[in-house]
Amino acid sequence: MIGSPYTLGGNSTSTIMLKVMLALVPGILAHAWYFGPGIWISLLVCSVFALGFEAFMLLMRGRPLKHALSDNSALLTAWLLALSLPTLAPWWLYAIGMLFAIVVAKQFYGGLGQNLFNPAMIGYAALIVSFPVNMTQWAAPVDLADHALTLLDAFDVVFAGQGSISPDAYTSATVLDTWKTQARLNTPVASILSQPMFGWAGGRGMETVAAMYLLGGLYLFWSRLITWHIPLAFLVGVAASAGLLHLIDPTQHAGPLLHLFSGGVMLGAFFIATDPVTAASTPRGKLIYAGLAGILTAIIRAFGGYPDGVAFAVLLMNICVPFIDTYTQPRVFGHGAGPKKAGKA
Amino acid sequence: MSRKLYTFNGGVHPDGHKAMSNGTPIRAMTLLPRYIVPLRQHIGTPARPLVAAGDTVLRGQTIGAADGYVSTAVHAPTSGRVVAVEPRAVPHPSGMFDLAVVIESDGADRAIEFQPLDWRNLDPSALRNRVRDMGLAGLGGAVFPSYIKLNPGGQKIHTLILNGAECEPWITCDDRLMRERAPELVRGIEIMRHALGSETVLIGIEDNKPEAIAALRAAAPAGMEVIAVPTRYPGGGGKQLTYSLTGVETPAGGRSTDVGIQVFNVGTAYSLYRAVELGEPMISRVATITGHVAQPGNFEVRVGTPLSDLVAAAGGALAGASGELIGGPMMGFDLRDSDAPVTKAVNCLIVKNPRLFPAKPIELPCIRCGACAQACPADLQPFEMYWYSRAKDFGRAQSYNLFDCIECGCCSYVCPSHIPLVDYFRFSKSEIWEREREKRSADQARVRHEFKVFRLEREKQDKAEKFAKAAEKSRESAASNAVTPADPDAEKKKAILQAALDRAQKTKETVTPKNTENLTSGVQKEIDAIEARRAKVEEKTESHE
Repeated sequence: MIGSPYTLGGNSTSTIMLKVMLALVPGILAHAWYFGPGIWISLLVCSVFALGFEAFMLLMRGRPLKHALSDNSALLTAWLLALSLPTLAPWWLYAIGMLFAIVVAKQFYGGLGQNLFNPAMIGYAALIVSFPVNMTQWAAPVDLADHALTLLDAFDVVFAGQGSISPDAYTSATVLDTWKTQARLNTPVASILSQPMFGWAGGRGMETVAAMYLLGGLYLFWSRLITWHIPLAFLVGVAASAGLLHLIDPTQHAGPLLHLFSGGVMLGAFFIATDPVTAASTPRGKLIYAGLAGILTAIIRAFGGYPDGVAFAVLLMNICVPFIDTYTQPRVFGHGAGPKKAGKA
Repeated sequence: MSRKLYTFNGGVHPDGHKAMSNGTPIRAMTLLPRYIVPLRQHIGTPARPLVAAGDTVLRGQTIGAADGYVSTAVHAPTSGRVVAVEPRAVPHPSGMFDLAVVIESDGADRAIEFQPLDWRNLDPSALRNRVRDMGLAGLGGAVFPSYIKLNPGGQKIHTLILNGAECEPWITCDDRLMRERAPELVRGIEIMRHALGSETVLIGIEDNKPEAIAALRAAAPAGMEVIAVPTRYPGGGGKQLTYSLTGVETPAGGRSTDVGIQVFNVGTAYSLYRAVELGEPMISRVATITGHVAQPGNFEVRVGTPLSDLVAAAGGALAGASGELIGGPMMGFDLRDSDAPVTKAVNCLIVKNPRLFPAKPIELPCIRCGACAQACPADLQPFEMYWYSRAKDFGRAQSYNLFDCIECGCCSYVCPSHIPLVDYFRFSKSEIWEREREKRSADQARVRHEFKVFRLEREKQDKAEKFAKAAEKSRESAASNAVTPADPDAEKKKAILQAALDRAQKTKETVTPKNTENLTSGVQKEIDAIEARRAKVEEKTESHE
């Protein structure tokens, strides 16, 4: 039976995905500006593999291709993973990441809407445990690199290996990595922060990219694609726990501002933790889910073996989502509140 | 003077399309050769037919009498001859047939003598009986017999709310009625206030109807407050309007009367005025005909008018029409048979075309985006209910308060994956009802069986007792002069009785209950699941108390 309503509001999943991708564009442009054209290649390679794996899996599962491919969900996953990975990594790294994201995390669980874990973060986690070296070679800011790569150079690097140029000429560690290594060597904070890779808030260049993600995230909020709960709780969780650690021992733990504007925090707060399929869905649940994810991020950064903690924090909280949702159901209209005094005002 | 309004959560803003039909006055329809008057036009028991084929009737004559408590009368819309009392197509989502009186009009349109009522000097209960005989049912959509709602029934109804929100898109019959007949409508409200003894009277109208608001403000006497509420569907839902105006939430599973509030549609107030002050039974209503027709607008339509004649009165459907909707697009349904008549519940007929009502896009997987939860005016989590409805896990669906769903359609409206959520919820509700029914009949069978066993046992016991008594008597008369001590005598009686009881017990043990023990495991499982659900619900209601 197909009954009322006979009129629809005109929302569509594919448009939502497109709008989220649109919200990523300022960050991508900033990335290209500060780190060179490598980002275009990683985005392209990830997108191609994402669509390829998605189509292959749909065929294997005997599902119609057209609607699933045009919902843009695989493309969005590709972009989110590409933006979480170092640019200028070999092409097979992106391929393996997308394999885990699309095939394992998404399609093995039944496709769009069925997955328990954030596909992009599964891809990231699989790569960082398998290829830790590649995952720490980030493109250096163009103005700090010994060798500025052209688009063609970048293409060569991704598909044919380094060739004549040594990776040291165009990559560097991230600020989180540098901080961690140096702080453990008890380097004075002032001399760590005086290194050229540190900018006004986070890593040079990367802080602006993060600010652009923040801008895109606000667009998502204003266009009502996300609510404030997850980004705010996540950022507060990160800032509060990083701030607390910083207060306890400023020589070992960087301040909250550096944490907010480096690594995957801004991208995670607005684009990854907010993935509706894998996030908590009730208002209170979102606060708990994202708040704890933020705290976990800071803890993993401070005490864990990996420089960044967003992916693991989000995945750990994904596990808790069914539990959180069950116990945070909102009050239903007419239940329990008891009659309020009739309005006389 | 300004009243504090409360804002319910959720809701949507669909295109109103109201200007299409609200620009012209309510038109009368020419007399038709034939009317089909269903005997069930209200919620509850159908009216009992009082006429048979061949009878002649007058306009306003009662042709169906209220049958039982939740019922109301049905009247002839014109004078003429009854040609049949038989099942006919009625406007219902299932396209079902229902018993109807078919009247061939004689063209004279002669009426019975209408007897106005001096209601101010009448006891409210006499007034209610009159309303019942006049066939009044709520015109807001639920068509609940009005006389019942006019009975405070021991509860204090401090606030009377008139619902003129008309939040459904396309529909404008209440709008036109309020603009054109505000003084009469207000008199109907006075009668309601008299019957209920309410102190506060609030008339809620969505602010997209400024003319109606102005007309009612001009007509309303002191003590009746006309309040503009923001236009947001489903702002005219009974619970939503009550909350907007008073901040009071109707308790789940309860009625607004539980919190001292009664809600009527404005159209019902107008019909009440006609029934009481003019003595005219409910034989017509204002209905909107709009969409893909030549002259959309509102008509004073006699109950029983075939819907095809209503379309014709509006100049007919235009080329390219693709079916008709009864009611609005958010909660209405497809008309299966255009011979079905206008009933008291029909407030609107929309002729569709593919541009106004495009085919629904294909259903995609739920991504739990939560748009439905944000749009839900009942604060439900539709995507969770959808998940369990789809899995036919009705117990879980119910635990997410499925039965608080008012089927307003907001969730389906906003769903980016175009999932017909409300359809899933209707399906789940009907499945749960069906299982409840099965469970109830199994329960009844068990109770019947247990009673039968008990009865047989009692009869045997009675017989044994009688036999013992008779034996005693004959023995007594035999030993009439012998002096027997009282005690051993009673002892004997007891022994005989005990023997009879033992026999009865034995027979009881040999009789095995049949109809509840030979259930298949599937049925038994279902019964168990229902029992568990019931226990949970009871626990819940208890904890709420």
